[in-house]
Amino acid sequence: MKTAISVSGLHKSFGRTHALDGLDLRVGEGEVHGFLGPNGAGKSTTLRILLGLLRADAGTIRLLDGDPWHDAAELHRRLAYVPGDVSLWPNLSGGEVIDLLGRLRGGLNPKRRDEFMERFDLDPSKKGRTYSKGNRQKVALVAALASDAELLLLDEPTAGLDPLMEAIFRECITEERDNGRTVLLSSHILAEVEALCERVSIIRHGRTVESGTLAELRHLTRTSITADLAHPPTGLETLSGLHDLTVRGTTVSCEVDGDRLDEVLRHLTRFGVVGLVSQPPTLEELFLRHYEDDLNGTANEAVA
Amino acid sequence: MGTLVGTGSLVRLALRRDRVRLPIWIVGLTVVPVITASALADLYPTVESRRQFGSILSSNPSLTALIGPVFDPSSIGGLTAWRVGGFIAVLVALMSLLTVVRHSRAEEEAGRLELLGATVVGRHAPLTAALVVAFGANLVLAALVALGLAGLGEPAGSVALGLSFAAVGWVFAALAAVTEQLTAHARTATGLAGLILGVTFLLRVAGDASGEDGPVWLSWLSPIGWAQRIRPFADERWWVLAFPAAFAVVLVAVAHLLVAHRDLDAGLIPTRSGPETAAPSLRSPLGLAWRLHRASLAWWTVAFAVVGVVLGGIADGMRALATDNPQLRQLIAAMGGEKGIIDSYFSSMMGVLGLVATIYGLQAALRPRAEEVGLRAEPLLATPTTRLRWLGGHVVFALVGVVVPLAAGGAAAGLVHGLRTGDAAEETPRVLAGALAQLPAVWVTVGIAVALFGLLPRMVGVTWAALVLFLLVSQFGPMLQLNQWLLDVSPFTHVPKLPGGEFAATPLAWLALVAVGLTAAGFAGFRRRDITTE
Ligand SMILES: Nc1ncnc2c1ncn2[C@@H]1O[C@H](COP(=O)(O)OP(=O)(O)OP(=O)(O)O)[C@@H](O)[C@H]1O
Ligand SMILES: [Mg+2]
Repeated sequence: MKTAISVSGLHKSFGRTHALDGLDLRVGEGEVHGFLGPNGAGKSTTLRILLGLLRADAGTIRLLDGDPWHDAAELHRRLAYVPGDVSLWPNLSGGEVIDLLGRLRGGLNPKRRDEFMERFDLDPSKKGRTYSKGNRQKVALVAALASDAELLLLDEPTAGLDPLMEAIFRECITEERDNGRTVLLSSHILAEVEALCERVSIIRHGRTVESGTLAELRHLTRTSITADLAHPPTGLETLSGLHDLTVRGTTVSCEVDGDRLDEVLRHLTRFGVVGLVSQPPTLEELFLRHYEDDLNGTANEAVA
Repeated sequence: MGTLVGTGSLVRLALRRDRVRLPIWIVGLTVVPVITASALADLYPTVESRRQFGSILSSNPSLTALIGPVFDPSSIGGLTAWRVGGFIAVLVALMSLLTVVRHSRAEEEAGRLELLGATVVGRHAPLTAALVVAFGANLVLAALVALGLAGLGEPAGSVALGLSFAAVGWVFAALAAVTEQLTAHARTATGLAGLILGVTFLLRVAGDASGEDGPVWLSWLSPIGWAQRIRPFADERWWVLAFPAAFAVVLVAVAHLLVAHRDLDAGLIPTRSGPETAAPSLRSPLGLAWRLHRASLAWWTVAFAVVGVVLGGIADGMRALATDNPQLRQLIAAMGGEKGIIDSYFSSMMGVLGLVATIYGLQAALRPRAEEVGLRAEPLLATPTTRLRWLGGHVVFALVGVVVPLAAGGAAAGLVHGLRTGDAAEETPRVLAGALAQLPAVWVTVGIAVALFGLLPRMVGVTWAALVLFLLVSQFGPMLQLNQWLLDVSPFTHVPKLPGGEFAATPLAWLALVAVGLTAAGFAGFRRRDITTE
């Protein structure tokens, strides 16, 4: 698969804040890629660098086979962006903004524009701040989706959308994926990421901590197991990769690292498995572990 | 009282945010009269020398029109009050109206008031807090002016001068409190209050232009006129203070009533809905810039045309004023006769127009920074629009746009004067040239704004300080006999005095070159830097 975005060793500081600290990111062509991380992790900063709005301090960046800083204008013909914070001109209507952005990008298909406007139930005649937050967001979304850009950079595009609109957004992105568009989607809504993204990258403190398909990530994390055994088990303490172990008579419950699952199950069968409940990790657990580590990490740093 | 809950904390917040800005304003506005007084004391140490200076001044009708009448030239205080009074009053008015809008409507428009409004903050608290800050700042200014001039040994005069400034400040703070209820946009509210400030200045000019025989009552319609007619250092008339005080009280009450009758984020003039699709012209950075600047440009042009009509209309009165004083006929003859008097009147008025037009130019040139910080640059720069084209759209409206109001003002002044004297065909181009000669100096100032935007975007506000400096240097420098190098700092010093003076192309070409250099530096810097949001 060809690469749409490849970033490695990206650094960016603002004064004394080290926003990006060696970030890596690879997005294949035609892929919907989830971009996750706690608040302040550096997602928006990365997107701004990819747009050539900020200049990286160090690192290599290729975007659609170009350099986002030097080839900004040419690259922008081929991409569309939805900022995290949409701010509109007080004296321009939403319809005017959508048309303007489309024309600046080299033309807008009026049919697509009207289609998306209808699907998102957007009134194009309001102006600036008279739009609600969600409706401002929709203006930017319609402008981006109606374009024929091959790459969509979306920074928390559904923040402020109601559940109905959120569902429509997912529909639209699924269609765009089927049309072969590449999407980099920064989001805090895990259900959305789970529904849309083949691959995700999780970043923290400006560094990539995990990257891969959702299946791979699941594999990396723990499965929780509750087993009813024929005999009380022994020797469980000697196994590695076991966490939160509780043994009550013949009932064992624990969390098992993905790569230790086989070994643990073999051990348990020796005591005669009568019943077994196993739960794959939810995405929530997977992310929370990264995000919580983050909290612990910060706490440790503060102590140190 | 419930609607005022939280005013105290909002005042503290505003003072914290303005801990640099307000002190600069206040100290700057105090220093000018103090320096002027000490310079005048050096230049005219005796009563006799001051009387003589005073009679020369009264014979210069354009000074009387621009600055106002001299009430008592025999004392240093009287001369100081006359010389700085009108100008400081205008700047105090600006400080006050900007402060009020900044802490109430601008906060509301940015959505920060909502954040506060949800805490324990009464409905009237934000407006009241902004007014308390502005009124307080004026009071401090008044006290500092009184103290600074204490050395003159006329405490009543010093206090009266300080209070006359504060009174103007109060009126315009209260006025801004009203205009900002009408519209939802801080920019429009400031513009409206500024427009009224311009009108009050013009009323005073028209009222004072023809001396005692003229329509002096016009000056009595203007808060700036009131300030001067308190007559600091010239037998103070304290009762005049009642006018601004009463006016301010009424305006504050009206503003508070209006607040109670509107919603958060809304003005009394509702926002209309717009077209569903964009007009064909809205397809480029320049097309967008046109949409964003056209209203302001139109207003400035109309305002300048009106100013031109008034200036042209009173020009002939200069003749009468000048010949009032037979003893000074000689002096007039030396200035080139009556024609010379009127020419010098026009040239000094065009100088003032040039300085005022620069405000439009700076507003337009600083718009890209507001767009950038307001997150409206990002979506545009994420399209194939290059940074240079985006910035260029705005800068065109600053550099080329400013020609329109200036030309309107100059042409209107020349035309009206020409029609009255019967030689419109000759007068119009002469006065117009006087207005257009200001352009290179305006461009230099705009160039400073563009350069800062590109190279030091967080410092763009410094441009306003530069403009105030140029204004002070060009208005007070020559009379105070400041060092030539200090005078030379202001680009407006190098503008030939037209009509009447000798046209010199070289300084204008130099100014234009400096403007080009500054603008180019700004564009080059902008290409290289990060887009920042604070
Ligand atoms: N212009 C700036 N000046 C100073 N610091 C900045 C600037 N922009 C970002 N930062 C800092 O860089 C870090 C990363 O910010 P960024 O906006 O990229 O986070 P994010 O991952 O998008 O967070 P969120 O999920 O809250 O949107 C933060 O610590 C932020 O405070
Ligand atoms: Mg962000």
